Amino acid sequence: MRTNVVWVPELVSYEELSSKPTRSQTQGDPMQYVITAENLTKTYGDVTAVDGISFSVPAGEAFGLLGPNGAGKSTTMKMIGGVSQRTSGSLSIMGLDPESHGPEVRAHLGVVPQQDNLDEELRVRDNLLVYGRYFGLPMSYLRPKADELLEFAQLTDKAKSKVDALSGGMKRRLTIARSLINEPRILLLDEPTTGLDPQARHILWDRLFRLKEQGVTLILTTHYMDEAEQLCDRLIVVDKGRIMAEGSPSSLIREYSTREVLELRFGSERNATIGAELEGIGERVETLPDRVLIYAHDGEAALEQVSARGLRPLTSLVRRSSLEDVFLRLTGRSLVD
Amino acid sequence: MSALTEGHSVTEAARNRRFGPMYSRNVRAVIARGLMATKSSNWMVMLSGFFEPVLYLISMGVGLGAIVGAVQGPGGQEISYAAYIAPALLAVSAMNGAVYDSTWNVFFKMNFAKLYQGMLYTSLGPLDVAMGEIFLALLRGLLYATGFTAVMGVMGLITTPWAILMIPASVLIAFGFASFGMGITSFMKTFQQMDWINFVMLPMFLFSATFYPLSVYPQYIQWLIQAMPLWHGVELLRQISVGIFTPATAIHIGYYLVMIVLGVMLTAGRLRKLFLK
Repeated sequence: MRTNVVWVPELVSYEELSSKPTRSQTQGDPMQYVITAENLTKTYGDVTAVDGISFSVPAGEAFGLLGPNGAGKSTTMKMIGGVSQRTSGSLSIMGLDPESHGPEVRAHLGVVPQQDNLDEELRVRDNLLVYGRYFGLPMSYLRPKADELLEFAQLTDKAKSKVDALSGGMKRRLTIARSLINEPRILLLDEPTTGLDPQARHILWDRLFRLKEQGVTLILTTHYMDEAEQLCDRLIVVDKGRIMAEGSPSSLIREYSTREVLELRFGSERNATIGAELEGIGERVETLPDRVLIYAHDGEAALEQVSARGLRPLTSLVRRSSLEDVFLRLTGRSLVD
Repeated sequence: MSALTEGHSVTEAARNRRFGPMYSRNVRAVIARGLMATKSSNWMVMLSGFFEPVLYLISMGVGLGAIVGAVQGPGGQEISYAAYIAPALLAVSAMNGAVYDSTWNVFFKMNFAKLYQGMLYTSLGPLDVAMGEIFLALLRGLLYATGFTAVMGVMGLITTPWAILMIPASVLIAFGFASFGMGITSFMKTFQQMDWINFVMLPMFLFSATFYPLSVYPQYIQWLIQAMPLWHGVELLRQISVGIFTPATAIHIGYYLVMIVLGVMLTAGRLRKLFLK
């Protein structure tokens, strides 16, 4: 039997808590889906933000929604949280419809929105306490919990600081700490590391990875393929509100790309013309405005073939295929504009 | 870990409560947040809200009152000009505070501070948030009314123990405006639209028999003003301030009770539009 208890037990005095165990929806069947979406659709006037997507997420999985800005990722997240009403389709979170059971569904959720919406009028630790009160949690539970989460977010020495005195990375960590105050079974992360520097991103990834190890279901939107590859067990590639592909990062790369990619730059004017001359090398040639990509099992071998044709690129780089390539293959566009 | 089976923990107990889609019986968390925020940052704003009617009272009541002299009060008795306008200023400040809190403040917290966005991703429902915000507006109104009534007492403008009832009456007036204000804010999308609120409030402040009796107007203007909410507030507080009650008193109170009921219904009906887009 799996348990979704996230935090170190000794910090919470469980003795004082209700002694009657109640069965919850996820107990008993570890493979039961915590989220099931069928034909989920959201339109704003004439614009269709989410266009009939279906997916299921089992408990404990790290599930990603990968796509460019405007693909409908955030809208999907809002519908899961019950703060945006779907136009059609069905959605079940822990067996409940978030539209008719908003507060109940959200009691299971932790939410890290795309833009930090910390309470700027409250100090760092008070942000955690007050947020916990919104869930109806008692102060006797919240005080030790807040300290524990500040430790987790490496913000203990900032407990009494004002929120606007924190750096971007600290605010993000505080937002994540805040989202964990109710020991959520499902954590929704909407572009958790957008706008952070590399070091701050790695700290965050480490924290998220620990949560995953503790059995929290992570739902993550991102337009960074490295983030998706690092964190996600499985993901859907979304574009224009539709699912383009679904699978684990490695299986998607296997299916939609080659093992390696040769990136060549011939200068912005010549890329397009030379692209045509490269046809036949590797499995596929993709000409972008700034570079030419050759998809091949062996990138070095492909580079030798390029030289053999008498072509001299300004720069060349052999790398492993990534989800970026998968996205390019599926949509013909880059992930980050 | 197995000792901590689900159902034992506090978070689990909180989860197992039954909620409707709009309400989770947790208004007090919203109120507690408001008080905490006020404590740490907003008290200067609160102080200025208290001084505004006091400054009006001193400049108009004492200053202008020196020229005007004594005027006729609600029962026909002679009272000082300051005593005449003081209850009206209290009604105006109850209106202003309630409207500010339920319109501009809500508009800002919704669209810029994203405060409600965070709250609504918790167990709170839109009704918890709306009721909490209205309660905070009324609490603030209560503080202002108490302070202003005390100032009136210090200035010797209170002649009857009935005047203490101006405090709950101010809260009633504030409730009427706050419940409507939030409903109206749900229709607002831009700052320009928010300015329309001032466009309605300022004439109401100037012309609702605040500084002179209604009788100066021709009959049809009188009717128009009597249809407006502020006039009923001004008249109600003015009557209470001298302890003279007429059948009209019940009409004034009734006006606000109806306004509260309609306002709460409007706001409740617009909650999804207000908070869940």
